Amino acid sequence: MVEKEYICIICPVSCDLTLTDDNNNLSISGNTCKRGETYAKNEYTKPVRMITTTVAINDSVYPLIPVISTDMVPKEKLKECIELLYNLTLQAPVKEGDIIVKNILDTGVDIISAKTAKKVGSH
Amino acid sequence: MREVELVVIGGGPAGLAAAVKAYELGIRDILIIERDIELGGILQQCIHDGFGLHRFGKQLSGSAYAQKFIDKVEEYNIPVYCNTMVLEITKDKKVVAVSPKEGLVQIQAKAIVLAMGCRERTRSQVRILGTRPAGVMTAGAVQRYINVEGWKTGTRAVILGSGDIGLIMARRMTLEGISVEGVYEVMPNLGGLRRNKAQCLDDYNIPLHLATTVVSVHGKQRVEGVTVAKVGTDRLPIEGTERYIPCDLLVLSVGLIPENELSRNAGVELHPITKGPIVDTTMMSSVDGIFVAGNVGAVFDLVDYVSLTGEIAAQGVASYLAGKRIASDVKEVIAGENVSFVFPQNFYIKDNKEKATLYMRVRKTMQKVRVEVSCNGEVIATKKERFATPPEMISIDVPINKIMDGELKISVLE
Repeated sequence: MVEKEYICIICPVSCDLTLTDDNNNLSISGNTCKRGETYAKNEYTKPVRMITTTVAINDSVYPLIPVISTDMVPKEKLKECIELLYNLTLQAPVKEGDIIVKNILDTGVDIISAKTAKKVGSH
Repeated sequence: MREVELVVIGGGPAGLAAAVKAYELGIRDILIIERDIELGGILQQCIHDGFGLHRFGKQLSGSAYAQKFIDKVEEYNIPVYCNTMVLEITKDKKVVAVSPKEGLVQIQAKAIVLAMGCRERTRSQVRILGTRPAGVMTAGAVQRYINVEGWKTGTRAVILGSGDIGLIMARRMTLEGISVEGVYEVMPNLGGLRRNKAQCLDDYNIPLHLATTVVSVHGKQRVEGVTVAKVGTDRLPIEGTERYIPCDLLVLSVGLIPENELSRNAGVELHPITKGPIVDTTMMSSVDGIFVAGNVGAVFDLVDYVSLTGEIAAQGVASYLAGKRIASDVKEVIAGENVSFVFPQNFYIKDNKEKATLYMRVRKTMQKVRVEVSCNGEVIATKKERFATPPEMISIDVPINKIMDGELKISVLE
């Protein structure tokens, strides 16, 4: 039997979760909602995280634009996803919600723009 | 002098919500004045998710949350002066501002919404000894350099303060290739949310040192290192526990203070604990027609609340401009048991709304609490919370028609 402790990151309550693995029978305690149970199971089997970072952009007020994933991606792919995003350069205009990378590294998750960046004239 | 019905000072989440709501309530002559070159305020540099769960039902980036309101401002064609600094507001609601494009502008407003937000505490406010080299920055400054302007602020960082901004920046700097040596916190407990420790520190193996502080900065031109030391229960450094850490960046996340130089100048009365204007439940300050929205009034932990106070202020403005407002009809709300402060501090009892919202912070961490509003000894509103901690604001709706003579008090009971 394996026992693991996690702090739930789903909402600000930050519940202390205990996961017990009894011959592949997973049970969770300490959660105060259903989402906590899912979080602990994911943490134990395949931890996932959101991606939020910036991507370079030309002809915008600022040289960067924030982006966000449409869902969580496997934690072990986080670094690789971010490396991929750091190597992109976008062109203004970009609208909030525009898809920047579709199905990033075959995770089934899209990366979308988290801001509208208008095109500005070159200085 | 140019006349404007409503001038909103600040185009962050509070000011945007106030302007949008004011427009929706039929006010057409609005001007938003923003000192940055674009709208959105601090949200523009908050690229992490977790914003807007209450309002939009999902966790957006800060910038995406702001965009929803900026889109509305554009849709309604609400005039905006960006890159414009307000120099002065007077008691009779004259606004003096300056910008490269408009020059010096003087505006006579009928109503004003103060939405200047808050400011970070700096090195001098936490009294760190040593030299004064480059490389000592507030967490918000680092956040702006990295997330908006695209500068790398150092190579090896020490963070002082374990509030949420410090924790978020620990993760962000790590992802940007800055190694974070550790987070130091003078208090014996974590300043921010535990989930942020889990996802920002634990995920990246960044150590957290409680009851430890930075006592000295070293380096002439650029930071070369800092000395940290453990502190006792009196929060003073313990001799013999000093440790030198080589680094070229010291990031300070040591608290926020509402920014009220303009308010003070306009004769607006400030509260000693919140450090913001004393307001009533319509968000009107002690000066007739000057209203308050968001963190300039009290530092909120959720942007959803900031937007809400902006909308309440807009309703207050609408009723004030319609001449439906009697300033004297307010009653003080007393911060009772376990409550460190309540915001608004006064209750406007003639409001034509059904309910008014009170926000408060507790003095200590508590579990399974009952928030109770009583008037003249009778309980008129109550709410249960599973957890209550000092960094988290609690809100409660109070039915206005239940307000009667006698003491109005808010308490949190275990």
